[in-house]
Amino acid sequence: MTRDNAAAFALLLVMALIVPLIPSDYMFDAILTPLLAVSLAALGLNLLAGYTGQVSLGSAAFMAVGAFGAYNLLIRIPGLPLLADFLLAGVVAAVLGVVFGLPSLRLRGFYLAISTLAAQFFVQWALTTVDWFSDGDTSGVLTTPPLSIAGVDIDSPVRRYLLSLAVVTLLTLVAIRLVRGRTGHDFLAVRDNELAARILGVPVLRTKLFACAISSFYIGIAGALWAFLYLRTVEPAGFDLDRSFEILFVIIIGGLASIRGAFLGAAFIVVLPLLLSRAGGAIFGATFDSGLVDIVEKIILGALIIFFLRVEPAGLSALAARMPLPRFVFNKNLGSVS
Amino acid sequence: MDWGFFAGVAIAGLLTGVMYSLVAIGFVLIYKTSGVLNFAQGAMVLFAALTFVSLDEMGVPFWVSFAITLAGMVLLGILIEKLVLRPLVNQPPITLFMATLGLSYVIEGAAQLFWGTQVHELDLGIEDVPLPLNAILISQFDLFCAGVAGALVLALTLLFRYTRTGLAFRAAAEDQYAALNTGLKLPRIWATVWGVAGFVSLVAGLLWGARTGVQFSLSLVVLKSLPVLVLGGFDSILGAIVGGLIIGLTETLAEVYIGPMVGGGIDQWIAYVIALVFLLVRPTGLFGQRSVERV
Repeated sequence: MTRDNAAAFALLLVMALIVPLIPSDYMFDAILTPLLAVSLAALGLNLLAGYTGQVSLGSAAFMAVGAFGAYNLLIRIPGLPLLADFLLAGVVAAVLGVVFGLPSLRLRGFYLAISTLAAQFFVQWALTTVDWFSDGDTSGVLTTPPLSIAGVDIDSPVRRYLLSLAVVTLLTLVAIRLVRGRTGHDFLAVRDNELAARILGVPVLRTKLFACAISSFYIGIAGALWAFLYLRTVEPAGFDLDRSFEILFVIIIGGLASIRGAFLGAAFIVVLPLLLSRAGGAIFGATFDSGLVDIVEKIILGALIIFFLRVEPAGLSALAARMPLPRFVFNKNLGSVS
Repeated sequence: MDWGFFAGVAIAGLLTGVMYSLVAIGFVLIYKTSGVLNFAQGAMVLFAALTFVSLDEMGVPFWVSFAITLAGMVLLGILIEKLVLRPLVNQPPITLFMATLGLSYVIEGAAQLFWGTQVHELDLGIEDVPLPLNAILISQFDLFCAGVAGALVLALTLLFRYTRTGLAFRAAAEDQYAALNTGLKLPRIWATVWGVAGFVSLVAGLLWGARTGVQFSLSLVVLKSLPVLVLGGFDSILGAIVGGLIIGLTETLAEVYIGPMVGGGIDQWIAYVIALVFLLVRPTGLFGQRSVERV
């Protein structure tokens, strides 16, 4: 077991066994549960953008598809188990991901970005305009039905957090297997040099479509978690272009082509606004303008994006790897797939 | 079918398209000479318009405000070249694109931090009395915008064709290494191009601002001009104009004639669908020259 694996395993044990003992609903509902959902979405985007080199600006659309998919499947199929529901919602998002990924078969670079922007605008429009998706409800905000798994009600902040943690852990393990295996190497080959990849026998087109599918699958499930376990409402409004950018920023800051980066970046993005508003409150007193915090946050985020692209394209993940912790040089992971 | 009404809608659509073209031209300038797809173009439009309108409200005369804002935009261009582009030279295009995404956040934030977030009225002193033409009403202001866009294209074409600066721009666009070899200073060219793009943003910002009010949503015009670029080709000024006209026309017609059948609001995405379909048929766009990265 490498240092990284041991550290990750220890962290997971703490998250699963010790953290739930903390008596703070706020921490679970406002920080940890959304953090897990954002991490999962970033992980999904990283499979596509970081590993396969296809940048998407439509992550929020696929989150929305996952959320609405999970809602519709749950109310239309009686007796559907919750986990199967999340899984199917991911599949729905994956199908849509493949549809909007089709242009990437002929083009690359920012053309996929434009195709996914189309997805972003189209999905948001469809979800607000077509009544069927919201089951005829015109309020625009759907409350999620009560959830339970095998007779256990998912009705408290800690339980929602633990369910998120379980889903995210499982999918993360699958992603690690994926990127360390043959598929992951195909992804990297396609990203680094398509022509060379094809000559080496990598099925480039199939690899790209698979990356679109698996990425959207993850992002769709992340959307379902976001809506069902964090917001507990399903609405198109939260899944706008800004959310898509946010997910992209998570992986740039956390580290492209890094599993760990998705989590570090997500932690950063979720905690930054909280820290800033605390700092603002401390410096300017209670009267300060919260709009100012949004603006400052925006500038900081933008500057950090440029900073990381310039100075440390491997993101926080690489910074963390260089931290002066006890190092086992022999075990040092040479690849960037940790 | 009411052909008079149709013609009215079509003309309004074409004139809206000109407005998209105005923003797209700024993109083309930068893409052509440095290969950067500058997502921050919309933020630059917002920054320019906000700066101008804030000076204007302080009672600064029109041309002085214009000059100060222009100086600000040129300075911004130089800063961007120094702090963002130069360190990222030789990175893949997609990295540069993401950097401009970050840049747009910084510029939007800075513009709002300096000038506040309220909506400003901007009056350029152009009367907006609809002009009757055989029972079709045409917005005089939009006609004025079309005139400005035409003049801008003419001026840029002259600049590119007949001046030494334009020659340097074209050399950098043609082959960066060859340009370096002949002793051209690429950083200086880039800074100049960003300055010119800043000027275009200022013009676009004034016209858009007068049309919709100077507010944050100005920054979002960038999203309207991306499909225009796909259609027209990323490196052609003429393409930006023609692409803008096509997108403006089809978008407006679709919204008026097809929109009501599906619940309206299709102008949010129809431009992208047109662009994507087009992309699959002709990846270089209508007038694009450089072979696009394609598989």
